[in-house]
Amino acid sequence: MPSSSTPAIRFTNVSRHFGEVKAVDEISLDILDGEFFTLLGPSGSGKTTCLRMLAGFDQPTTGSILLHGRDVTGLPPYERDVNTVFQDYALFPHMSVGENVAYGLMIRQVPKAEREKRVEEVLELVRLPGFARRRPSQLSGGQRQRVALARALINNPRVLLLDEPLGALDFKLRQQMQIELKAIQKRVGITFVFVTHDQEEALTMSDRIAVFDHGQIEQVGTPAELYEHPATAFVAGFVGVSNLVNGPVAQAITGSPTMFSIRPEKIHLTDPSAPMPEDSYCVEGHVREVIYLGMYTRYLVELKGGGELTVMEQNLHTTSMDVLAAQGRTVRLTWRHDHVRLIPEKAR
Amino acid sequence: MATDSLAPARRSNFSRLATFLYQHPRVALALLLGPPLLWLGVVYLGALLTLVAQSFFHLDAYSGKIVRELTLATYADLLSQAENYRIVIRTAGMAAAVTLGAVVIAFPLAYFMTRYASPRLRALLYLAVLLPLWSNYLVRVFAWKIILAKEGIFGWFINLLHLGWALDALLKIPLIGGPSLANSMIGMFLVFLYVWLPYMILPVQAALERLPRSLLEASGDLGAKPYQTFRYVILPLVFPGVVAGSIFTFSLTLGDFIIPEAFGTSEFFIGRAVYVYQGTSGNLPLAAAFTLIPIVIMGIYLYLAKRLGAFEAL
Repeated sequence: MPSSSTPAIRFTNVSRHFGEVKAVDEISLDILDGEFFTLLGPSGSGKTTCLRMLAGFDQPTTGSILLHGRDVTGLPPYERDVNTVFQDYALFPHMSVGENVAYGLMIRQVPKAEREKRVEEVLELVRLPGFARRRPSQLSGGQRQRVALARALINNPRVLLLDEPLGALDFKLRQQMQIELKAIQKRVGITFVFVTHDQEEALTMSDRIAVFDHGQIEQVGTPAELYEHPATAFVAGFVGVSNLVNGPVAQAITGSPTMFSIRPEKIHLTDPSAPMPEDSYCVEGHVREVIYLGMYTRYLVELKGGGELTVMEQNLHTTSMDVLAAQGRTVRLTWRHDHVRLIPEKAR
Repeated sequence: MATDSLAPARRSNFSRLATFLYQHPRVALALLLGPPLLWLGVVYLGALLTLVAQSFFHLDAYSGKIVRELTLATYADLLSQAENYRIVIRTAGMAAAVTLGAVVIAFPLAYFMTRYASPRLRALLYLAVLLPLWSNYLVRVFAWKIILAKEGIFGWFINLLHLGWALDALLKIPLIGGPSLANSMIGMFLVFLYVWLPYMILPVQAALERLPRSLLEASGDLGAKPYQTFRYVILPLVFPGVVAGSIFTFSLTLGDFIIPEAFGTSEFFIGRAVYVYQGTSGNLPLAAAFTLIPIVIMGIYLYLAKRLGAFEAL
């Protein structure tokens, strides 16, 4: 059993500066043993730099990194018990798939017979049995991805680092690989640290997520926590879609000018003459735009007191004809008090 | 007026030609490839074939005239003299040493240029590598003659370091030594290395440039120490570049006749042998036969390089 007292990874006040640019700025973070942990953020937010510092490709300007309680700050990559799946896969073009996968074992001078056995096992795990003799150039993107995964997993690392590994795959394949990656992680039980800018991907796979922006961590939490209780305006906007309301418009709705966020799918679009529901905020407006999306419809509603809200409704009983007819109509928007998330001034 | 120049009649002539070429790709190909193939065929291969043909004639020993009938007499002449073997081995040995020396110097420099130098420094280093090629070859060679002469700046510097005894000891070694650096195999090696080094740096640098950084990171990530990454990833992937560079350094050294002339002792090299046979002794067939030796050596060299897998990573 993994001991719960020592985290798999501990960042303590880690910064990485490139000249004037603070790519990573005073980050402290614990990642637990056996967790599927995602570093989520837009490009340039510092998530990849954090991963590279974990792998040892980059060193912190200040601060320390512990792996299973051992200080690895300043150690080269080959002295760390982590392996990486690269964004561009980084397969060795002059080696066969089998030689690529066996590379780590070859370096550690594992006998050839055992190497071949383990290669076949791990290729089985990533569902590429019998591919050992092929060349990387003969594989599709998804297959290369699996080879890269196998090459890392064969070393039984205690932590696996994945740097946007699904970025180059098409949508369908990406969804399939997300589920597969999660299944593999459960099966091998090692800590996965996954970097992505795709919030849906993060929500699909992660046990916990750290949301990065401008070299700092905005919030760490489970997918549900981040979605339902975003701590900052950035998290509310980056994880899923949010309406952010503040100032006089907020005052008119809630009676307080404090900024709040409300998810588009939590808002109900009703007729102004309908009875007002209990424990809910109500506001009237007219529909400026209707965007029919098949499963959903997105309405952009201009409020009477100024401001605009996005509303999402599932097309359970309605057809495109019905929803498109709403264009220009006056409507009432209602949502429950407990779906509102207040965002205090200092967290913006 | 400007629009008038696009008058329908002229345009249609031009576009008719374009359409014709589009519909007859073989004609377009012939027009494109004809001139360069003609140049290559006549000037390069034609000259080479004339040379080969020449080597199958022979020189009449009494009249001193070339007998224009096909015979293997010249080759028999070439292969029967022990001195000729020594010339070939000496030249090929020098070419191999120069190539090896060039690799040893070029690799770290090219690696530094690719991985560590800032764009500005890299441009400066490029310039430093190329600059010598822009000045006259003869000037550079004879400048070295003065540098390496007994009373030259090199000897002066060595004496300043109180290493004169070491240089003297080096020059006393048979085969590679001589009366001074300017008349020894060591001196010749240094000058060859100097003139051909850029031809090694450029292809090695280009090969390193094509090597993605992530491959090196992946190797280290999988536990390889730097020398293992060099052995298993960098070297195999950059080897084609090294071979490309060595083709230059090796063949240029094989064929050169000025540097052996200027820095040599009495020992002949292939280039000098060719020069003397076709000039002083007027034995054009023997000179031609000699010229084919470097071509044969390069053929064997490329075959071996291919067998070693030099071109697999291309």
